[in-house]
Amino acid sequence: MKFKDQHIISMREFSREMIDHILNAAEKMEPIAHGKHKSDLLAGKVLAVLFFEPSTRTRMSFETAMIRLGGDVLNLGSVDASSIAKGETLADTVRVVDGYVDAIVLRHPKEGAAQLASEFSRVPILNAGDGAGHHPTQTLLDLYTIKRESHLEGIKIALAGDLKYGRTVHSLCYALSHYGAHITLISPKELSMPEEIISDIVARGAKIVETDSIEDAINDVDVLYMTRIQKERFPDPAEYQKVANRLKVTMETLKGVKPELKIMHPLPRVNEIDTRIDDTPHACYFKQAFYGVPVRMALLGLVLGAIE
Amino acid sequence: MTEIETELRVRRIENGTVIDHITSGKALIVLKILGLPDSSHGVVSVLINSHGIYGKKDVVKIENRELKAEEVDRIALIAPNATINIIRNFNVTRKNKVHIPSFVEGVVGCINPNCISNSNEPITSKFKVTTEDTGLKLRCFYCARVISENIAENLL
Repeated sequence: MKFKDQHIISMREFSREMIDHILNAAEKMEPIAHGKHKSDLLAGKVLAVLFFEPSTRTRMSFETAMIRLGGDVLNLGSVDASSIAKGETLADTVRVVDGYVDAIVLRHPKEGAAQLASEFSRVPILNAGDGAGHHPTQTLLDLYTIKRESHLEGIKIALAGDLKYGRTVHSLCYALSHYGAHITLISPKELSMPEEIISDIVARGAKIVETDSIEDAINDVDVLYMTRIQKERFPDPAEYQKVANRLKVTMETLKGVKPELKIMHPLPRVNEIDTRIDDTPHACYFKQAFYGVPVRMALLGLVLGAIE
Repeated sequence: MTEIETELRVRRIENGTVIDHITSGKALIVLKILGLPDSSHGVVSVLINSHGIYGKKDVVKIENRELKAEEVDRIALIAPNATINIIRNFNVTRKNKVHIPSFVEGVVGCINPNCISNSNEPITSKFKVTTEDTGLKLRCFYCARVISENIAENLL
């Protein structure tokens, strides 16, 4: 399978075979990610980290992945202090930076930014989230978490929260459709999954149920994937409070769930998961955050041609 | 209406293009797509809600201009049943149905204000075009947002 010099833009372009290949590579990276083994797989390689909006976890896990594999990281730093503040286009920024480095990780507030960057870059672009569009590396680490902590084939999973703007759940749905997933979508009506995404994933073989109540779905699923309802989307704070409090997992919610239920969350959480759940075997979100490192190590190794 | 009556309302052209079987009511959008009327060209005639074999239709006749392929592609997005007749010396020398392109570039603007194609980048908008039972669907190449209604309103 050929990943060398490939851009990683959207989950839509990934076949199941490609996903499985990345997840298998990530598994081999885990001891290095834990710091148990040393590696110089990417020695001499430089990764540019272009984050046009903040995302501490994604940025740090990419940087950790590169450093753990012996490579170096060049960080754009604050957008306010860069040429972007002077009005430079993304296309020009990419054309400058690709001369300095071997791969570029891009996070950008505009949807489609990674696709644009890939048209101008001579080195692989790894999309670390573009607007409400796609965030494929998050999806791959989500899949890896499901694989390691539960199972992927025929998974019964509930996705809850802001399904309209939450890019992590959009990409995850596309990917899960490869595994014959039974997906329950839980959201307030005004934040439901866009119709075009639902029709796409149903066409790919996923089974979809929609509801607005966590309690209706939680007892039947292997994984509950919570997302944050983004306060900034609501012009009226009272409306936000109404919705935010409706989708909350508490110790009470967990009565009657499968013992092996895993609760995931891309983090940061606000109040959608009671902190008392952190100490239960259901909590999986901090492990999930760690799994970003081996998955991103695998991707960097693959696109830079250090592994096949 | 007899042929003579039609002839009186919209006269024949010597050279140019007749776009026939335009979806009823869409003729003015076809003119917009073609940048007409344009003083550098000949007479443009428009027939709206004309009676055709398959029901009402619009017809546009343009003197002294033959359409380019990309112009025909644009017309296909809003009038998928249109036919393009090239007229030379009062005779139809070529008659083609428009075909719906599988991909259009620089024709339609994305409806997503947060799409990168709506910013100051050196790119043109691009859409993958699909035809479904419910009609045409345009999926933005950049942000994947789908336009399925009011395509004409988003023409560039």
